[in-house]
Amino acid sequence: MRTHKHLSVFDVVGPAMIGPSSSHTAGAARLANLARRLLQGPPRRARFTLYGSLASTYRGHGTDLALTAGSLGLAPDDERLRHAASLAKEAELAVEIVSEPRPEGLIHPNLVRIELFNAQDAVNVMGASLGGGKVEIYELDGFPVRLLGDEYTLVIHSQDRVGVLTSVTNLISEADANIGNMAVSRMRRGKSVIMCIELDAPLPECALEKLRAQPDIKKLTVVEGLRGGVG
Amino acid sequence: MDSLSELLHEAKAQGHTLGQMAVLYEAESSFCTPETAIKQMMIHLDTMEAAIDKGLDTPLPSVSGQSGGDAQRLSRQNPRLLGTMAHQAMVYALATMEVNASMGRIVAAPTAGSCGIVPGVLFAVARSGDYTREQMVQALFAAAAVGQVIGQNATLSGAQGGCQAECGSAAAMAAAAVVELVGGSPDAALEASAMALKNTLGLACDPVAGLVEIPCIKRNALCALLSLGAAEMALAGITSAIPVDEVIGAMDSVGRSLPAELKETAGGGLAQTPRGRHIARSLYGEPKE
Ligand code: SF4
Repeated sequence: MRTHKHLSVFDVVGPAMIGPSSSHTAGAARLANLARRLLQGPPRRARFTLYGSLASTYRGHGTDLALTAGSLGLAPDDERLRHAASLAKEAELAVEIVSEPRPEGLIHPNLVRIELFNAQDAVNVMGASLGGGKVEIYELDGFPVRLLGDEYTLVIHSQDRVGVLTSVTNLISEADANIGNMAVSRMRRGKSVIMCIELDAPLPECALEKLRAQPDIKKLTVVEGLRGGVG
Repeated sequence: MDSLSELLHEAKAQGHTLGQMAVLYEAESSFCTPETAIKQMMIHLDTMEAAIDKGLDTPLPSVSGQSGGDAQRLSRQNPRLLGTMAHQAMVYALATMEVNASMGRIVAAPTAGSCGIVPGVLFAVARSGDYTREQMVQALFAAAAVGQVIGQNATLSGAQGGCQAECGSAAAMAAAAVVELVGGSPDAALEASAMALKNTLGLACDPVAGLVEIPCIKRNALCALLSLGAAEMALAGITSAIPVDEVIGAMDSVGRSLPAELKETAGGGLAQTPRGRHIARSLYGEPKE
């Protein structure tokens, strides 16, 4: 288990990214890319609400293009990023940008809310671009979470019932996977929870299927490690 | 890697360069093989070169339209004051930064706003002699070792420490890289880093209109020169009176005492000059705070 995040040499020389700003362009692309992974199926509609510095300088940094590209599944170093607007048209993705330069109680200077929708599913994440292309998602569908997207992570929306956790961890250990980190976030007791489970290695498709078949599990998405460096 | 003095001590004990130490560190801490790490760095080297070539090939206007074309302008001119290598380093740094500003692909080193310095200096020196790709990759690892320790003990972000943290760190990284590339000792590499970083202490992050263009693009080119100068002094046996780890500590504390206006908020410095404000108004139509 890795307890303390070390700085990789590839966080310092790297990652490769599309400029001009690691926080306002590459970080934005990465946040939207993570949000896209949390949505089942391709998005048809996207709403990005930019706060603080992202809101005041997004045009010159191409933040809007970066967010659009990320929601289409493009990586932060994909050269097609600058053509995101026309790619969105092709993919029939409608994009709306809301800009709030000076909101109250801003918890981070580079904050964005990303909402993605399609006919079956919707995600709503609030995240910050931390600089150097690194990001953190603080909130997912109203639940406080902490998702960096560096590691292979299962994100499970489930009923909050006795034994759910055990059955999930049992199924994971049956697949011989090692849990590196696990966080459970609940809103009100007995309602629903979101589990974020970091694994040392990807889970085989059959194990994912078994998890999805659990009656209490409403949704399971996989955020694959988007590391800047090796891999 | 907790400190550069520790790293230096280890390097000497094992007869390694800083670059070799960084490869071993990365392999150990990221659970990969040294070969994987080297392969990844080779990819970064290729991306850096592609950016330089692209920036020299076509004059690239930035997304905001506020900059572009300077790399070509400088490269067309035969240097009248600088030597060829120093001239090339500036040209390459400009080219990389213009690619960055035009939404092209670059390698953060350590950030996008400071991405021109390390490749600019490295390719200028490497192309002046018979250096292999493998040697250049090792030099990048030496740069990364320095940046990694700065990041761990201070900061690499302009928003946290001002531009000394970005362009200053990049100059320190580039200086170590080229000292090792031309065969200087690990000691000399770190002396070069110390001297480069010392010379940027207090450097404000004051981008006009909040964009990574003014003064960032030209600052990269000039920091490339600084880096070469520091490396040259170190190769001549000149040492820094203040040890490199203490310089990093000083950079951290200076960064903390810099006011928020000088840390990427566009609230001070060049961003708040009459012309800086005018440019911001012409882009956004309203005054920026
Ligand atoms: S002035 Fe600020 S934005 Fe520009 S390179 Fe320096 S730290 Fe980065």
